[in-house]
Amino acid sequence: MQLTLWTYEGPPHVGAMRVAAAMRGLHYVLHAPQGDTYADLLFTMIERRDTRPPVTYTTFQARDLGGDTAELFKSAAREAYERFSPQAMIVGASCTAELLQDDPGGLAKALDLPCPVIPLELPAYQKKENWGASEAFYRLVRGLAGARRDRPLRDRKSCNILGPTALGFRCRDDVREIAKLLATLGVDVNVVAPLGASPKDLTRLGDADFNVLLYPEIGLAAAQWLERAHGQPFTRSIPIGVGATRDFIAEVARMAEIDPAPALETNDSRLPWYSRSVDSTYLTGKRVFIFGDATHAIAAARIAQDELGFQVVGLGTYAREFARDVREAAARYGVEALVTDDYLDVEAKVSELQPELVLGTQMERHIAKRLGLPCAVISAPVHVQDFPARYSPHMGFEGANVIFDSWVHPLMMGLEEHLLTMFRDDAEFHDGAAPSHLGEEQEPRRPTSAAVVSDIVLAWADDAEKELKKIPFFVRGKARRNTEKFAAERGLATITVETLYDAKAHFAR
Amino acid sequence: MNALAPLSGLAKGACDAAPVMQERGQREVFCGLTGIVWLHRKIQDAFFLVVGSRTCAHLIQSAAGVMIFAEPRFATAILEDRDLAGVADIDDELDAVVDRLLARRPEIKLLFLVGSCPSEVIKIDLSRAAARQSRQHAPRVRILSYSGSGIETTFTQGEDACLAALVPTLPPEPENASHSLLVVGALADIVEDQFARLFDVLGVAPVRFLPMRHAADLPPVGPSTSFLLAQPFLADTAHALQERGARWIEAPFPLGAEGVTLWLRAAAKAFGVSEARFDAVTSPARARAEEALAHYRDALAGKRVFLFPDSQLEPALARFLAREMAMRIVEIGTPYLHRRHMAAELDLLPKDAPIVEGQHVEKQLDRCRAARPDLVVCGLGLANPLEAEGFATKWSIELLFSPIQGYDQAGDLAELFARPLNRRARLEV
Repeated sequence: MQLTLWTYEGPPHVGAMRVAAAMRGLHYVLHAPQGDTYADLLFTMIERRDTRPPVTYTTFQARDLGGDTAELFKSAAREAYERFSPQAMIVGASCTAELLQDDPGGLAKALDLPCPVIPLELPAYQKKENWGASEAFYRLVRGLAGARRDRPLRDRKSCNILGPTALGFRCRDDVREIAKLLATLGVDVNVVAPLGASPKDLTRLGDADFNVLLYPEIGLAAAQWLERAHGQPFTRSIPIGVGATRDFIAEVARMAEIDPAPALETNDSRLPWYSRSVDSTYLTGKRVFIFGDATHAIAAARIAQDELGFQVVGLGTYAREFARDVREAAARYGVEALVTDDYLDVEAKVSELQPELVLGTQMERHIAKRLGLPCAVISAPVHVQDFPARYSPHMGFEGANVIFDSWVHPLMMGLEEHLLTMFRDDAEFHDGAAPSHLGEEQEPRRPTSAAVVSDIVLAWADDAEKELKKIPFFVRGKARRNTEKFAAERGLATITVETLYDAKAHFAR
Repeated sequence: MNALAPLSGLAKGACDAAPVMQERGQREVFCGLTGIVWLHRKIQDAFFLVVGSRTCAHLIQSAAGVMIFAEPRFATAILEDRDLAGVADIDDELDAVVDRLLARRPEIKLLFLVGSCPSEVIKIDLSRAAARQSRQHAPRVRILSYSGSGIETTFTQGEDACLAALVPTLPPEPENASHSLLVVGALADIVEDQFARLFDVLGVAPVRFLPMRHAADLPPVGPSTSFLLAQPFLADTAHALQERGARWIEAPFPLGAEGVTLWLRAAAKAFGVSEARFDAVTSPARARAEEALAHYRDALAGKRVFLFPDSQLEPALARFLAREMAMRIVEIGTPYLHRRHMAAELDLLPKDAPIVEGQHVEKQLDRCRAARPDLVVCGLGLANPLEAEGFATKWSIELLFSPIQGYDQAGDLAELFARPLNRRARLEV
């Protein structure tokens, strides 16, 4: 039993949902109790999807347990097929249904539906979200990609892009950036999967010459299988950062047997120049702590050390499956890797190290806020603001631009805040100081009492003042202003609780 | 599992006319664990420990959003393979988790062990564990248990299960206690204070609230207690209070000017307050509520609203929207309909408003699309997809997290429904 407040990853069936929701023409039938549909809102709210994820839940309740939950699953699967006519289905159980020992795979097979049905075994009490996504994608690829066959004859080499999913950190824009890069190299993209692919597309995976593996956490198992079954090599370098993007271009060029020079020359990243400009000198040796999924954490460490001139003082991951890679990377920076999924351990490490910048997930953002440290987000799990409307990849050369801005910004803000605090009591910086461009004759602005309205000084009765304090601070000011205006217009000398609510009713709109 | 069958054997009254249908199928609802998110804020020295899976922890995290970092008073003891395989003794594991938790949080006075689907299915006896741990940690901490599992509870029913677990621990009223009022159901503090003031001026006393704000302030209960339900989802709590001899005061729920008046009047009547006094005390606040509501009536009157099942607040909300805001009701979904507690609401609802208990989400969406309502009240899993199809939606969870009961929140309640329509009218893109 593990005492948990925050969890970096959801259960494995949420990983499978990320694969299903990324694809088109696929439907997931999930044997799960009432309430597990909460996961839908991760997609509709955090990622702001405009459709429901393609998942049908059996949502069994206690009264169903005495009866036939297997029958419930079968009717849900049959109905889902009839309603959505998917090209393929995946079926499985969530943590509670795993305990019931109905066999979704066997039950679905017995239905003999007219589309491929791929059963998923996701051990909910051992594994987590990324493993679930990886396993679901691997099973789908294995089930649908078919046997090795001759590749179509083509002038240009082609590749698949493997690993981007729904709810993946910056996946949408990374894929666009990398596809652009591949086009510059003269390499065609055969299939991007799972994001945007249909089961029919997965049957074409074998047509590509090699695979570009963008997110090993999700796509490694499938890439390894395609290497064995279809003889497709896959890229090892992750194109996050300028150096890593160059390595990636060289690796792709080698696989495609083409010249990397033209693509390397189009390097339009501003990071190298920005980082060399004198304004960036103050970044030198800034102590940075890095935590996230293995792929993003390792990439961030290289950028921090080699491209921005920081000093990596801590590196860690919550992904135990990739702990070895992170340990190796940490050794290069002379630090010991922190491998944990307990955010209290991370918090303890951050407070111990007292870095000047924290790069991490949503959790590290909160840890840093609590400790008063600058922070930028580099990895899932992330909240809604990290699914931005604007183009913001982390991969490729534009990704390097985005990273420069997003990491340096909190440091600038930190510096500004520091300066303001330092100079708070200076003549030019105190609260009442007028902006200097208004000239010296300008009277310094003095704090005005909100209670002085048209020369009548209004008194707040004690209980009204107390009531006002119960109103959330961010609207309290407005409530105070409105009430005083209301009282002044009516010539009331004292504001009572009644006045407060009379004013609220008056101004309600 | 799909049939929409009219329900037989309905309670007397307007339900005879109101078609109540039952539906089964996929339910797009939260489980009772979600109640923790507001309950832990109400009882300020209580801690909620869910015994469940990673899914449970993930759910609470998703529902609580950033709140989890403001000294959270809830957590999950995640079951692992070794717990299921019997390698680890569940009792020992659970005791160790509780010991560690209480050592870290010395300010906690009341601990709830909250059952989940996994813990219910493998039949972990949390009530026995709570009794054992209570003995170990007495008198500093009291430990209780209830189930918030999805298989047994829907969303707000988690609060019902929690309060029902509290009721047997409430102290008895003394023998010669005078008639007292207990208001049952978590309300925002500001709403609770408003009601307390109104009851005070009416001369209804003593008035107590359940849940209480601090673990030590347990309200006494006994045959001299009358209780008023502030929330419609408290079937088991009401039953437990009646077992202790308390008497239920039947009333509609305190939503909207009319609902609040009827709710207060039911209590006033039970305490012998004269009609004249009642009118004198409540009429200023009523007038104020009416004024606030008038601001939104133009925006809402005549609009057609469809409510998906979520919290059991739906019939009362529909009554408010229909009678006070002149909206037209397309369908009222509710996860569960307690016919006795809801009878007063059903009497007030338009006779032709279809009520659907339970859910088959796909078929309900089909009905919703076919009806083309002006406003859809639904959960966050459905809201954006329906917006993308061109429907204005009001996401329903906000109705649990915002103060909406009482005279002085009536305008706010109306505004919650008017805002999405207002926004759609404004946007030019």
